[in-house]
Amino acid sequence: MNGVHDMGGQQSFGPVLLEKAEPLFHANWESRAMAMTVAMGASGQWNIDLSRAARESLPPATYLSSTYYEIWIRGLEKLLLERGMVTQAELEAGQLITPPAKVNKVLTLDTVDAALKAGTPTERPIAQPALFKVGQKVRALNMHPQGHTRLPRYVRGHVGTIVSLHGGHVMPDQHTLRALPPFNVTVEWLYTVVFDGPTLWGVGSDPSVEVTVDAWESYLEATD
Amino acid sequence: MTSHSHDHDHDHSTLSEMDVRVRALETLLTQKGYIDPAGIDRIIETYENEVGPHNGAQVVAKAWAEPVFKAWLLQDATAAIASLGFTGRQGEHMVAVENTTDQHNMVVCTLCSCYPWPVLGLPPVWYKSAAYRSRAVLEPRQVLADFGVALPESTRIRVWDSTAEVRYLVLPKRPTGTDNLSQTDLAALVTRDAMIGTALI
Repeated sequence: MNGVHDMGGQQSFGPVLLEKAEPLFHANWESRAMAMTVAMGASGQWNIDLSRAARESLPPATYLSSTYYEIWIRGLEKLLLERGMVTQAELEAGQLITPPAKVNKVLTLDTVDAALKAGTPTERPIAQPALFKVGQKVRALNMHPQGHTRLPRYVRGHVGTIVSLHGGHVMPDQHTLRALPPFNVTVEWLYTVVFDGPTLWGVGSDPSVEVTVDAWESYLEATD
Repeated sequence: MTSHSHDHDHDHSTLSEMDVRVRALETLLTQKGYIDPAGIDRIIETYENEVGPHNGAQVVAKAWAEPVFKAWLLQDATAAIASLGFTGRQGEHMVAVENTTDQHNMVVCTLCSCYPWPVLGLPPVWYKSAAYRSRAVLEPRQVLADFGVALPESTRIRVWDSTAEVRYLVLPKRPTGTDNLSQTDLAALVTRDAMIGTALI
């Protein structure tokens, strides 16, 4: 989806504002929001791509006017509501009204360290050979899917060069197709592709700039 | 890194509204049995006190001091970084990129806020801001100027947009005159922003 989250190349946001001696959190609720989002991710009722899709599909004005952890909370509430894990009435009351849904896992004090240390790797074995090799020219597809994608708009339709291969990785567009487990796990080769600045940005752009993206194989096509 | 919260933000009405909203959510999720509040505390404690840029600084210092480790880091960053005990969430697949006279590297996530948590901790606000996410790929030299960094025109700037689950760590150039420093002293020179590529050392 061509959402406002796809920000690469936009020009209206002003200078990067730096905060001296920035605290890790700017309010107590931010730390709770971060940790609850991490903990609920372990419930197995959605995956990282579904959680990104939930944030990215917030109304554009809401997304742009919310702080980072506000977006996380709005995304988390949306994921919970969509699955019937909480109701709107419960969110408003801050109290349980209906019985809980079944979840795969609850991150407890005893399991949290191991879970954070393990993470959620997305690399998977892949049997078929890679279509592209290092040094090869490829074009990022010009595509505008309705659903979730990780191919940013600013590279679409442009020709770049394969820098490296990362093995097989779970394909995010497919990973969001089913809202509940078992998720659609499609494994594709993942590449890093480099684009020249002038290829992306055209007239008057800085020739000393290059930009890379990490792209799944089906985002790319050969050029001849 | 401070561990206490700051409630001095500019918009008190938004903050208090969010405070109420997040407290309500935590109560509800606890009553549902979906979360363990002690687990929530532990996650916060981990990123407030244990995981942060001091981890990445150790990686950089070791790479500066030990050529064999540096070669391993550039070849297989996930394994090399794991050998120091830094693994897991948002660092499952690591790549290290080396700054040289010819090429300066800079990391962004234009689509969200992907960032290598095990080595840098949680990202600062500017990294997640619309201004950085939008401009880093279009005009990195001007963005670097916002950080007070000016590079020679002959230095190529490569911006790494973290669009998948690969996370990038910039290996900054080792400053001159540091030949006699220990790894601990070297690590003390390494800043978070240098490992993102928005500062030099």
